[in-house]
Amino acid sequence: MEQFEPTIVAFCCHYCAYTAADMAGSMRLEYPANVKVIRVPCSGKVDAIHIMKALEKGADGVLVAGCLEGDCHFKTGNVKALQRVTYLRPLLEEIGIEPERVQMVNMSAGMGNRFAQISTEFTEKIRELGPNPIKAGVSRLAAS
Amino acid sequence: MKTESVLEKVLASGELAVTGECGPPRGALPDVVKEKAALLKGYVDAVNVTDNQTAMVRMSSFAASLFLRQMDLHPVFQMVTRDRNRLAMQSDIIGAYSHGINTMLCLSGDHPKFGDHAMAANVHDLDSLQLIQTVRGMRDEGCFQGGAEIKNPPKMFIGAAANPFADPFELRVSRLAKKVKAGVDFVQTQCIYNIDKFETWMEGVRERGLHEQVYIMAGITPMKSAGMARYMKNKVPGMDVPDELVKRMAGVPKDKQAQEGIDICVESIERLRQIEGVSGFHIMAIEWEEKVPEIVKRAGLHPRPKV
Amino acid sequence: MITAERKPLDEILESIDGCSRILLVGCNECVTVCAAGGRKEVALLASALQMASMKKGQALDVREITLERQCDPEYIEELTPHIDQVDAVVSMACGCGVQEVARRFKKTFVYPAVNTKFMGASEGPGIWAERCQGCGDCLLGLTGGICPIARCAKRLMNGPCGGSTNGKCEISDEVDCAWHLIWERMKELGIEDRYEDVISAKDWRTGRGSGPRKILRGDLQ
Repeated sequence: MEQFEPTIVAFCCHYCAYTAADMAGSMRLEYPANVKVIRVPCSGKVDAIHIMKALEKGADGVLVAGCLEGDCHFKTGNVKALQRVTYLRPLLEEIGIEPERVQMVNMSAGMGNRFAQISTEFTEKIRELGPNPIKAGVSRLAAS
Repeated sequence: MKTESVLEKVLASGELAVTGECGPPRGALPDVVKEKAALLKGYVDAVNVTDNQTAMVRMSSFAASLFLRQMDLHPVFQMVTRDRNRLAMQSDIIGAYSHGINTMLCLSGDHPKFGDHAMAANVHDLDSLQLIQTVRGMRDEGCFQGGAEIKNPPKMFIGAAANPFADPFELRVSRLAKKVKAGVDFVQTQCIYNIDKFETWMEGVRERGLHEQVYIMAGITPMKSAGMARYMKNKVPGMDVPDELVKRMAGVPKDKQAQEGIDICVESIERLRQIEGVSGFHIMAIEWEEKVPEIVKRAGLHPRPKV
Repeated sequence: MITAERKPLDEILESIDGCSRILLVGCNECVTVCAAGGRKEVALLASALQMASMKKGQALDVREITLERQCDPEYIEELTPHIDQVDAVVSMACGCGVQEVARRFKKTFVYPAVNTKFMGASEGPGIWAERCQGCGDCLLGLTGGICPIARCAKRLMNGPCGGSTNGKCEISDEVDCAWHLIWERMKELGIEDRYEDVISAKDWRTGRGSGPRKILRGDLQ
């Protein structure tokens, strides 16, 4: 049986997380190709609807990656991002999507290692959870 | 004299009045009412009958008061504004008076959240002060709250609760003044454990001459155990139980705590009767009515005056 | 503003069970301000409904539109071109809006997506609190600008009751005792002597007592 390859969308803030991702690249660190990085000016720019659309379009997991607590370039963007992720979780449960599929993480620009590590761990976690539950329904619909 | 109320007669005579309390049962159990009432007979001038206390459904205060009348006891018919609109309240008042009930207490009532019907609509068509005004108008002007004339108006002796221990403390004397303005004849206070604080309140009351415009009955509740003392201290809103009292109760072995509670009660009555403006005592020995005779006798308040 | 909160998702799904195409209508006024039914919330709910349906293997087409208000007929007209193309309308407006849409499109099923809560004001970002119950005879001038009918759990007009503790209501530490607030305000305004004026029994006819109310303005008809 083919191993399930999760699709992970990672919203990364320009100042920290994206730079860390870049650093992982230049350090030649390996991290799974499952992680699709989307650069945003600040994690605070990510709204609930962005996460929802990612899942709707088939992402199996979503990461929102921002600066370390207290270090947000825009002061409290990462705080707001965390609040939004937290607030979204009950809605995901109502839909029937495991809330653990969406996670907020923090890192500084120099943490290439951390970016690689988080990407690897999260991909594995999502692999274990399995495909986004809406996909099975979509296939049944397409087949009918 | 405004009414035929025995309580009014005792208070007016200058003797210290004594009232007890009877909480109706949570079912159609007339015998429970009669047994509690029988324990109090001869030791109190009147008996408060509570109205859906703590927002739990019980036999109505009206129905339970009728049993007391049948036993030749004098009920203080309690009425909360939480459960009835002004039509129902005035209707119950003339009904009660028609059965010889001539003394009542006007209260707001505990919020439904505390009881067994938290989902019920909170009525409060009138608040307790507006109810006092209404009853006063029914008695002295012979008119319903809406203005129409009452045929044979109810001559009710009107009471209210007073709580010297609720917040804000600075308002508590004004609150009594407001009830006096609305027309209250007597008040019964929340049970007193912090006598110092009560004395402070009474100073404020006397300063304004309110003790000459309303009869003030000091509330007393004997504590059964140190656990009860702690519970009342921490969990009951508007209650002030000093630490020394809890310590005193806890300092005595468990099987002796009930008696200690009674002793404290009798000592409190001794101290309170010395305070100018205190016209009597309201003894709330809830589910412990059998102790009332001992308390009343040891406090030197037995036999009750014949009026 | 009128505040509201979104209904549980399964309740909304149940009401549109069997529909394959719905019109999800938001409102740009009160429910936008309290983040319950504006443009953003419409987008979020549309996505949620779609995903929930996809999960069940059912197709659901959600059309999104947000009107300026749903309590004025002129704005509701904007829905006309869409009505015949959908199986049902789900409105994220308050109860007033839902009813007006239903009144205009009598042959269309119109379902509420939010539970309308209370008339209130914002105490800070993300915090809305009840302020008015529409009694129809405002007495705010007598109570220093704080309403005992909306803010006292027992709507006492001569409070506080004996349950007031440390400025909080007996029902919860998180609810201010309205009469404590009124007293403090009276002190700030220097009108403590007015505390002892007894506010007499209220005539509820100006409020909910006299049935559903209407205001008519001849000069504007």
